[in-house]
Amino acid sequence: GPNCDLVNFSEYISKNLALYELSNDGMKLSTHAQANFCRGELAKALRKGPFQVNVILGGYDENVPNGGSLYIMDYLGSCHKVNYGAQGYASNFTLSIMDRDWEEGMNEEQAVKIVEHCIRELNMRFLLNQSNFIIKVVDKDGVRTVKADSDPSDN
Amino acid sequence: MARRYDSSTTTFSPEGRLHQVEYAIEAINNAGTSVGILAKDGVVMASEKKVTSGLLAPARTSEKTYKLCPHATCTVAGLTADANILIDQARLRAGRYAYQYQEPIPIENLVEHVCNYKQAYTQYGGLRPFGVAFLFAGYDIHHGFQLYQSDPSGNYSGWKATVIGANNQAGKSLLKTEYGSSSSSGDEMKTDEDPAKEEIEMPTTAEALRLAVKVLNKTMDGAAASPEKLELFAMTLDEDGNCVHKILNAKEVEAVIAEVESETATAGDT
Repeated sequence: GPNCDLVNFSEYISKNLALYELSNDGMKLSTHAQANFCRGELAKALRKGPFQVNVILGGYDENVPNGGSLYIMDYLGSCHKVNYGAQGYASNFTLSIMDRDWEEGMNEEQAVKIVEHCIRELNMRFLLNQSNFIIKVVDKDGVRTVKADSDPSDN
Repeated sequence: MARRYDSSTTTFSPEGRLHQVEYAIEAINNAGTSVGILAKDGVVMASEKKVTSGLLAPARTSEKTYKLCPHATCTVAGLTADANILIDQARLRAGRYAYQYQEPIPIENLVEHVCNYKQAYTQYGGLRPFGVAFLFAGYDIHHGFQLYQSDPSGNYSGWKATVIGANNQAGKSLLKTEYGSSSSSGDEMKTDEDPAKEEIEMPTTAEALRLAVKVLNKTMDGAAASPEKLELFAMTLDEDGNCVHKILNAKEVEAVIAEVESETATAGDT
């Protein structure tokens, strides 16, 4: 979404989640709880001053089968657990790729390949494409960047 | 000499005490006893029902044990009217958390919320504190089964076994010796070992129920235990991992009382 709402909303959510950890003796909220909290805030704001932000939230929990879970939310406050997702114009191009390529039980390497396939497609077919992408992975060791193209603002 | 400083909750005495809070805690020492015991596979809470009149209509709901949410229950010692307000608060909090996070509230979170609410009445507004002590029993995936005690000051702590209400000191001293020693090791002589070396073995829910009845026998001062005077509660998990809240019916209470009686009768036999 627009950068103003994006920054405001995502910082609001992430700082509240950090506050939860501090107030609860280091206990972290599960991905499911975080997603529902996030969606609740979008829903609350909807009939006051909506955040024009769509969210894809991914997290790792030990007690979840296979560990990872992915949630997709939009600015109207919908929330759904998914195996893959996309927001923005990209979704028109990439959802069909992921429909085809995604399989149950893939490892990280295979998943990153699908993401790269999506990026290649966008570079080729999407007229308004900005070609710089960041690919991140979330697993038991936390969040890390797998690939980061240069930031256009650095030029 | 404390008199001048004890009528307002929100004023410290020169010795640094809040007398109103202390008096509230005193009020609970006249209330029906409640004992809570943490077991391997659950939590047990036993309460003394103070029957004040034979003319009272038989209560359909308990005056001691209250369910707060699918995975937490509490027992009360003190002013029932005060307790009702706090129980409403606890239920609201549990419900709102579940709405916000779509997950069951961690027990300590719930207890802390109720206690923060109580604390406000010791610091603001010139209102008297709540004359209630609670035992909270609950289960969450983070810490398993837990037992908490809270008092009018808004203080709370987690316990393996504890007693609130009348004669709680006698109850606690009994728990100190008996909790953690299973019936098989109960015949051994207790030597002055280093307490750190002594391993506390948590009782099963059945053992905990018997121990709870033993404690109430002691605190109820020799009055004969019976299902009319005792309320036994046990929280366990079923095969699907859901909490089961059970207030034992009269027959089941009779059975536990009978088991305790035969245990104490044969105690000391070699």
